[in-house]
Amino acid sequence: MKQLLFALPLVVALVIGGFSLWGLSGGRDPSALPSMLISQPVPQLNLEAVEGVDLPGLSTDELTKMKGIKLLNIFASWCAPCRAEHPNLTRLAQEEGLTLVGVNYKDKPEDAAKWLAELGNPYEVIGSDYSGRAGIELGLSGLPETFIIDEDGIIRYRLAGPLVGDGLRRFTEALNEVRK
Amino acid sequence: MIRIAILALALLASPAFAVEPDEVLSDPVLEGRAREISTNVRCVVCQNEPIDSSNAGVARDLRLLIRERLMAGDTDQEVYDFLVVRYGDFVLFKPPFKPSTYALWLGPFAILFIGGVAVAVSLVRRPRKPATKILKLNAEEETALAKLMEQDKTI
Repeated sequence: MKQLLFALPLVVALVIGGFSLWGLSGGRDPSALPSMLISQPVPQLNLEAVEGVDLPGLSTDELTKMKGIKLLNIFASWCAPCRAEHPNLTRLAQEEGLTLVGVNYKDKPEDAAKWLAELGNPYEVIGSDYSGRAGIELGLSGLPETFIIDEDGIIRYRLAGPLVGDGLRRFTEALNEVRK
Repeated sequence: MIRIAILALALLASPAFAVEPDEVLSDPVLEGRAREISTNVRCVVCQNEPIDSSNAGVARDLRLLIRERLMAGDTDQEVYDFLVVRYGDFVLFKPPFKPSTYALWLGPFAILFIGGVAVAVSLVRRPRKPATKILKLNAEEETALAKLMEQDKTI
């Protein structure tokens, strides 16, 4: 009994140390916020088209009617990481046969149009969220963010950050999971 | 005189507030509630700052949204719930007391309790010796000591 008692501080230290190790390893990011929308339907959105871009706006009703897996990407012309992920997003939309829908967040329509003209437009529809209210509905914390929406219109995954490097790897894993 | 004026101005300086004049509601009661809520809500961009003092765009949007909800007649709890549905418990600086946070709320007390028990057990089990017991040197030790003292003198 006495020996057991002496071992107690060691056990406590091991437990705390083990927990810290677990928290620091495995690429866990303590500042990453889990999305509240996972396994939820897409919140009600009714976004107008971006002026000067020849695409319809984005509404949740239309989105749920679309077939197959949808990617919802929130972007803006003023967001540098959005530019970085754009080629990857385009490739996913064109080669993987996914429907890409966009939310243009707090962006001037003319800037968004210029940006899309320069980089190419992989989106099927783009809704304009000038006020940032749709961003709040989607639990947005920073640009870019990309959601995976399955055939039934349920959100299955959210990537906060650009679709490059490690983010792209995690996103692709999640996408394969949804496709199963 | 100048010094006093400078000192007075320095004392007048107040911290810069992020809340912009155009956000403030005309109803002081509602505005007070909005400010109270804002100080308890975490900014999701700059994570250790309440939205009340954050200059981030999303923080401003959330402040406006809180005021909008209050104007629409929401209770404080309804406003918090609205935010939690979208951003999770993380937006609250004070996490709610529920099964997933029991460890967080009760952990420190549990550790304190374990420590208390350990101290109590060790106190109870400690053999009760008299605190001081005057031990006399025996004859052999006395001679050894005298010898040492003698040596010291010669040095």
